[in-house]
Amino acid sequence: MSDTLLFAMEATLNGLTAGVMYALVALGFVLIFKASGIFNFAQGVMALFAALTLVGFQSGQIPFSHLINAMFGTRLHHFGWNMPTLLAIPATVLVMILLAVLVERFILKHLVNQEPIILFMATIGLAYFLEGVGDIMWGAEVKALDVGLPKGMSGAVDDATFAWFGYGFYIDRLEIWAAGIAALLVAALTVFSQYTKQGRALRAVADDHQAALSVGISLRFIWVLTWSIAGIVALVAGIMWGSKSGVQFSLSLIALKALPVLILGGFTSIPGAIVGGLIIGVGEKLFDFFMSPIIGGATENWFAYMLALVFLLFRPQGLFGERIIERV
Amino acid sequence: MKLTRLAATFAATMIAAGPTLAETLHFPSLSYRTGPFAAGGIPFADGYSDYLTLINERDGGIGGVPIRQTECETAYNTERGVECYQSIRGDNPLVLQPLSTGITYQLIPRTMEDGIPMHTMGYGRTSAVNGEVFNWTFNYPANYWDGASVIINYLLSENDGSLEGKKIALLYHNSAYGREPIPTLTNLAERHGYELLTIGVDSPGQEQGSQWLQIRRERPDYVVMWGWGVMNPTAIQEAANIRFPMENFIGVWWSGSQQDVRPVGAGAHGYKALAMHGTGTDYPIYEDMQRYVIDTGKYAGTGDEVGTVLYSRGMYAAMLAVEAAKKAQEIHGVAAITPAMMRDGMANLEITEELMAELGLPNFGPAFSVACENHGGSGEAMIQQWDANAGEWNLITDWIAPDREMIMEMAMEDSLAFAAENNMTPACMN
Repeated sequence: MSDTLLFAMEATLNGLTAGVMYALVALGFVLIFKASGIFNFAQGVMALFAALTLVGFQSGQIPFSHLINAMFGTRLHHFGWNMPTLLAIPATVLVMILLAVLVERFILKHLVNQEPIILFMATIGLAYFLEGVGDIMWGAEVKALDVGLPKGMSGAVDDATFAWFGYGFYIDRLEIWAAGIAALLVAALTVFSQYTKQGRALRAVADDHQAALSVGISLRFIWVLTWSIAGIVALVAGIMWGSKSGVQFSLSLIALKALPVLILGGFTSIPGAIVGGLIIGVGEKLFDFFMSPIIGGATENWFAYMLALVFLLFRPQGLFGERIIERV
Repeated sequence: MKLTRLAATFAATMIAAGPTLAETLHFPSLSYRTGPFAAGGIPFADGYSDYLTLINERDGGIGGVPIRQTECETAYNTERGVECYQSIRGDNPLVLQPLSTGITYQLIPRTMEDGIPMHTMGYGRTSAVNGEVFNWTFNYPANYWDGASVIINYLLSENDGSLEGKKIALLYHNSAYGREPIPTLTNLAERHGYELLTIGVDSPGQEQGSQWLQIRRERPDYVVMWGWGVMNPTAIQEAANIRFPMENFIGVWWSGSQQDVRPVGAGAHGYKALAMHGTGTDYPIYEDMQRYVIDTGKYAGTGDEVGTVLYSRGMYAAMLAVEAAKKAQEIHGVAAITPAMMRDGMANLEITEELMAELGLPNFGPAFSVACENHGGSGEAMIQQWDANAGEWNLITDWIAPDREMIMEMAMEDSLAFAAENNMTPACMN
């Protein structure tokens, strides 16, 4: 087997795992868009905020200590204890649920029946607000996130591929775990939406707001529920990306990776987010592999958007999105 | 009427209470405490501010004139940096420290026109080293091309003086900043016979899977990094993941702070980076810093960055600014100097080992002197290595000199091209 083919296979494998990481972010967008028609610009910042909160809990950091110190001249930083990860994760989930309640209470409730663009603008404001709060609450320094997930080259994949092809493929163990966690997450979301009362209510609202309201489903409850689930998905994405490159404010920019995934997969489809993520992941890795020697690399940021643009020309609703038919 | 009287009383109180704005020395700080690069911007801004506070608290200012500090948030964004400049240019800023290569490029023509000196320490436009063209811009004590050359000289010393047949990969931030060392490394490759592989990473640099797959395939002997922000820890993590020998991975001085290695943990052990100055609190100046700034609660930010690499860099930048101001006062015989006088101070700055020791920073930075033909200082740098077990950077070399002859040649070519484009006649300012 030629070296080029082997390297291309390795790039494809890495593209698949990278695609899962993109899909994790895209899932949060899909959940909120599907249930409420809102394109949540703050999803990336929610992932950052969740990761910051998790690290803060784990390390026993006192929230808002910088602000308290500046106001009262104190020297507070940490409580003096560390919270075990198994406790810190549920505590962060509670914070994300509280955030969902606050978003519904102070933003969404006041914008019922507004145009989608108004709701979109509100989420832009929320993104800036949340980024600022995260900064004041936990500080802007880079934080290491360790929830016990393995990192580094997978020896098993390396050995197996070496035995088959005489060349060991590199794959990050963290990304293998991310693929497994994403699969579990999608399975859990499917079970929740198909087999629970709240899940069915959520689907009813997604299908038709007016009809759902007419049978007594509380729109406000559904919004809190949706934003809570999106918050939990953001936590999962934050853990994965934070474990990879540390928790810092550029983590919020991972949302930019989700946009082309959504265009490809459709804004309303969970399987679409996964498939879109995989296509983008594999596409950008292969493109980089073949084109970097010619055009000099650094293609990952723009390739995904170019692919999405080409896709838009032929299938504007995405692979799994609902087709929009407007009659005149 | 009542309101007018209140305003008048307030104004009178303010005038009586302290020195007027004209009687202060204005040192603005174009900082970034927010945005994706805040983790690097905060310690620099804190170090810069704390040193100026120390001078005010301990010495009563410079030559008896108190320092006035202002801070403008750029978020490492070029447009916001230019807005900051517009807002302070009329307020007698003695020296600008843009802390961004992008902002520097935008401000070079503006500061030339407005007559405001700019100090871009270890960043910005490298060819600003030619003071005959860039009269108002200074980049001492070292620039990017110096950094690239110092790394190659270090690798030469590690390989018995020959890099023939070696492969060196440059992993760079795909921006004006990241592309700066490419011409130097290309020229040096021709001279020393190594193969140069350039690999770009798009900003911010959180995703580097393809780049490290390429490094794994190409198997370079060394990887040199020109990164900033999240690109740095991500690259170090990826290097650890593919089991690249960390002692063969060397970053520029903007890729060698605690923020870059701590998130990676034990995997970062052995990683190397350039150091244009010392680091840590093991310098006599920190006794005064503790007494006058930390203990009195007058420190900037949260006070927990003291002694870190980027804090030290901010402090060093402030120290050089203060020394230039003293020189300007000495040249012109006035205490309340103007930006034009400050420029003269910078153009005649002389930093000796004795002066550094006197300031409580022995061997913290190189000895150098500034002249019209050389706004770039000595260009020397040291190599530091991260010890993950002790959680500290250790200096592993003495000052290493760059290949200045080649760099000055390249700088001359680039700066003269700038002069020709802008219809300028290169000349020293008196």
